[in-house]
Parts: sequence; structure tokens; C-alpha cells
Amino acid sequence: MTPTTTAAFDESALVEKARAGDAQAFTELVNHYERKIYRLAKHITQNDEDAEDVLQEAFLKAYEHLDGFKGDSKFYTWIVRIAVNEALMKLRKRKGDRTVSLDEPIETGEETVQREIAVWEDNPEQRYSRTEIQQILDEAVEGLKPDFRTVFMLRDIEELSTEETAEALGISIPAVKSRLLRARLALREKLTRQFRRKGEDVFAHL
Amino acid sequence: MLTCKQFLQELNDYLDPSTDPATKCHLEQHVNECPNCFIVVDTTKKTLQIYKGLEPQTIPESVKARLWKALEKKMAARKAQA
Ligand SMILES: [Zn+2]
Repeated sequence: MTPTTTAAFDESALVEKARAGDAQAFTELVNHYERKIYRLAKHITQNDEDAEDVLQEAFLKAYEHLDGFKGDSKFYTWIVRIAVNEALMKLRKRKGDRTVSLDEPIETGEETVQREIAVWEDNPEQRYSRTEIQQILDEAVEGLKPDFRTVFMLRDIEELSTEETAEALGISIPAVKSRLLRARLALREKLTRQFRRKGEDVFAHL
Repeated sequence: MLTCKQFLQELNDYLDPSTDPATKCHLEQHVNECPNCFIVVDTTKKTLQIYKGLEPQTIPESVKARLWKALEKKMAARKAQA
């Protein structure tokens, strides 16, 4: 299932070759990142068709603009940024241009109060099948507001830095931080409803 | 001592390995004395672990095929130009 362990995947060497016109090198880059970009696109747009478009457009744009890639950031960060822009555009279009603004100020405070506080069963990931876990995690992310899930995806899943995330989304560093906190706490709470140790609260699954 | 609300505002700093030891120590005090926040910290860590441990799923074959078709077209166009 997992891809063959990439024997020394050398991103910068491949980028260098691709920029010199080596199509095979670009192909390897796509092979390496396509699943992550698709996942990112799917989580942001929450729509299969849009995710497919984003995947295509991101790599096509990257290929077209390879000359413009300066190499002062990682290729991966760069492609993520392209994909995020595409995905947000799709999202805005689909929502009829009204709700989604990543610049909206968000209230902090009250909502950090945690309602679900319970210890988890041991190793929940071993008690469910891979597919079940995948579904639980996906549903939890999809329940977040777009600005929260986007920040969570970039920071915790794609492992961009706070600064890179701020830059990719065009928002401030404090905004990244507060959204990440809210996203993490919300996910923790959602997963607690699934994974809390049984028997301590008979109403846990209502 | 910090209130739970104050602590939760700083939770990310507490979880961030690059946070300076003095800040961490200050936050640690609350965790040691507050069973609720202890659980929140523990389950937040587990939440992140479980997300990070999950490999992205494979892309549906049809989606992949269309991506490659589009890329090949673009690559061929570039070759023709050169
Ligand atoms: Zn507390």
C-alpha cells in the first residue's frame, strides 16, 4: 500500500534537473507529492471534482512556472502554496463568493473551553480498521470551518512552519496560531467522542 | 497559578518543542496540578499523533490517469517548442 520507500529522494536535485528541461525528473516530483496534494485539495474543497481539478492545475502550473521557482523555499512548500490558492478559489466559487474569507476576524476565548474531557481507550488506532480510522479522522476535519481546517492541514499535516502557512494563506502569524489552536482543540474534542474509554459515561455516545 | 482558560490559550506553546524551558516549566505547573488540563494535553498529543501517522490514501486510478494525460500533453508541447 505504501509507496516503495523512496530511495534517497533528493528534492533539490530533481528540481534542478526539471528546470533544465528533464521531464523525467518532474515526473518523479509529481509521483512523490501527488497523494499529499490530492489529500490537501480534498480536505480544503471537500469535493472530489474540485480536488481533481486542483491536483491537475497545481502540477500544470508548477510545470509551467518552474523557471519562476527561485529555490529559496522548498519545492514542496511552493507546490503546496499553489495548490492551496487553487483550492481556495474553488471553494469561494462554490460557496457563491460569500462565506469564505480567510481574513475574517475570529473570536477567541469562550470556545477554548473544553466540554469533552475524558481519557481515551488505549491505542484506538489498533481497535479500528484503517478505513474506519481514516473515516473518523476525515469526518472530524471536514466538520471544521474552512479557515480552521486549512490551517490545520498546512501546519499539522503538511508540516509547514507558522510563517510559511501565514504566507501561503495571506494571513497574519497570530491568526495562524489562534486558528491552529482552535482547530486542534476542536479535533481533540471530536476524537474524544469516538475514542473515550467506555464505561465511564453511559451517555458518551449519544 | 494559571486558570485553565489561560493554560489552554498557551497549549500550542506547551506542545511546541521549540518553546523556551522557562515558559514550558511555567505551563507544566498547571498541568501537574490540574487533572482536566492533563487529559486535554494528553488527548491533544494523541490527536496529532494519530493524524500524523496516517499515510495519504492512494489517488483513484481515473484521477491519476487524467493528471498524467494533462501533464504529458504539456510536456510534449514544451518539447515541440524547444
Ligand atoms: Zn486546567
